[in-house]
Amino acid sequence: MASEIRVYQVDHVYESQDGSEVPALAGISLEIPDRRFVAVVGPSGCGKSTLLRIIAGLIAPSEGGVTIGGTPVTMPREDVGIVFQTPTLLPWTTVLANVLFPLSLRGRVNSAGRDKAEGLLRFAGLAGFEHKVPSELSGGMQQRVAICRALVTNPNVLLMDEPFGALDALTREEMSLELLRICERDPKTIYFVTHSVSEAVLLSDEVVVMSSRPGRIVDRVPIALPRPRGFDFVDRPDFLASARRIRAHIFGERHGLGHG
Amino acid sequence: MARSPAWRRVRAIRSALPPTIMFVALIALWELCVRLFDIPEFLLPAPSAILNALAQQAPNVMQHTQSTLFTVLVGFAVSILIGFPLAVAIASSPLLASALYPLLVLTQSVPKVAIAPLLVITLGANALPRILVTFLVAFFPLVISIAAGLLATPPELIELGRALKASWLQLLVRIRLPSAIPFIFSGLKMAITFSVIGAVVGEFIAADRGLGYLVTSSTAFFRTSLAFGAVVLLSVIGIVLFQAVVLVERVFFPWSATSGRSL
Repeated sequence: MASEIRVYQVDHVYESQDGSEVPALAGISLEIPDRRFVAVVGPSGCGKSTLLRIIAGLIAPSEGGVTIGGTPVTMPREDVGIVFQTPTLLPWTTVLANVLFPLSLRGRVNSAGRDKAEGLLRFAGLAGFEHKVPSELSGGMQQRVAICRALVTNPNVLLMDEPFGALDALTREEMSLELLRICERDPKTIYFVTHSVSEAVLLSDEVVVMSSRPGRIVDRVPIALPRPRGFDFVDRPDFLASARRIRAHIFGERHGLGHG
Repeated sequence: MARSPAWRRVRAIRSALPPTIMFVALIALWELCVRLFDIPEFLLPAPSAILNALAQQAPNVMQHTQSTLFTVLVGFAVSILIGFPLAVAIASSPLLASALYPLLVLTQSVPKVAIAPLLVITLGANALPRILVTFLVAFFPLVISIAAGLLATPPELIELGRALKASWLQLLVRIRLPSAIPFIFSGLKMAITFSVIGAVVGEFIAADRGLGYLVTSSTAFFRTSLAFGAVVLLSVIGIVLFQAVVLVERVFFPWSATSGRSL
């Protein structure tokens, strides 16, 4: 089943603490074709995480709407996996139980689910850690568990909110490579929020650049790099050209605002 | 980090040594002063006299202890049975919270010692008013701790639950309650200590048995050693029950006991 994401004319306004209305998103329209990887970059506060929550059905937009596979999104869907900025693991239970948590909420933990979870953990290099608790794992390992948890239901759509944002640079690169492997093995429709321009270019089929206050789309940069990709790509002229184009938008905006 | 169990035991004994020595020394000093200054037993009995009084009255004292234990445990159980749903109600709806909170605070501002005689008039001179007083003393900290724990669930875990389409009940049982466990045990530890206090208050007012009753009845007849003995037993009950709650937490929720959030 095709699972393209369509965002049409989404405006979002939220109420700040003093009661005034703050526009977070203005006139966002975006399509992510089936099994395509779209990365969203932009300054802090540009609403890229808000947009993710709207696509996930966690918050309703003030105006406009979202469809996944043609059906309007009104609440969270079972065929959508989400990876948050922090691992958000349940600290009181094991790694394996955390990965199985989505299945267990749906009453669908069976031997096939267990095999799937164990297979994912093995693929993520976490074999042997199944019965540890999250606090015994490093930050990078915890985030890998969170990715396994998002994948265990075999979703068609993956929404990732700066999943590697809290990790150190080395772990971050390693995780990017792992995500590349996952996507190449089993492509999904992915909305990926990041602060890192090179991460966005390396991973995605298209980079969406957003500006802040209110968040709007300022450019969409198609990335035509062939797959499979690797870190040797970062020196290629077409990689550098794309990255430069994206940075020009982000830093151009900052100069315009006088932030330097 | 990984030390041998034997080494850990040595360390535990070593850390328990100073307070034990201090305690024994204080008892010895007490005994010495009473003997040295020849203080009459009805004014201040020596530790040996207290022990002696307890031993002589052993079957009688045992009955009173059982009665008090019964009041404490039933009062504690009722506190959990009523406090728990109340806390869930407070934590799940701001409307219920605003409706219930003033009532809860009201029950707490009424002095329990003052209300106990009235309860005896209404409910009769039986175990019921004692249990009710115990409950009234113990349930408030429990409700507040459980509600605070449920409300302190990390918002990202709630969002995870919502993203996974968890129902209200699943959110409560699978996410909110487990994450509130350290708070719940803080509340239970307070509630069990308060239950002992509540039971004694109840027994002071209206009872024909129980350690609280033993204290009042013995002092009325200047059997001070026995009254002291009852107080000692009450402290022992308090400590043992508190440690029992600690043990339950360590055994069933080890992650909570080591999380550092629990008192």
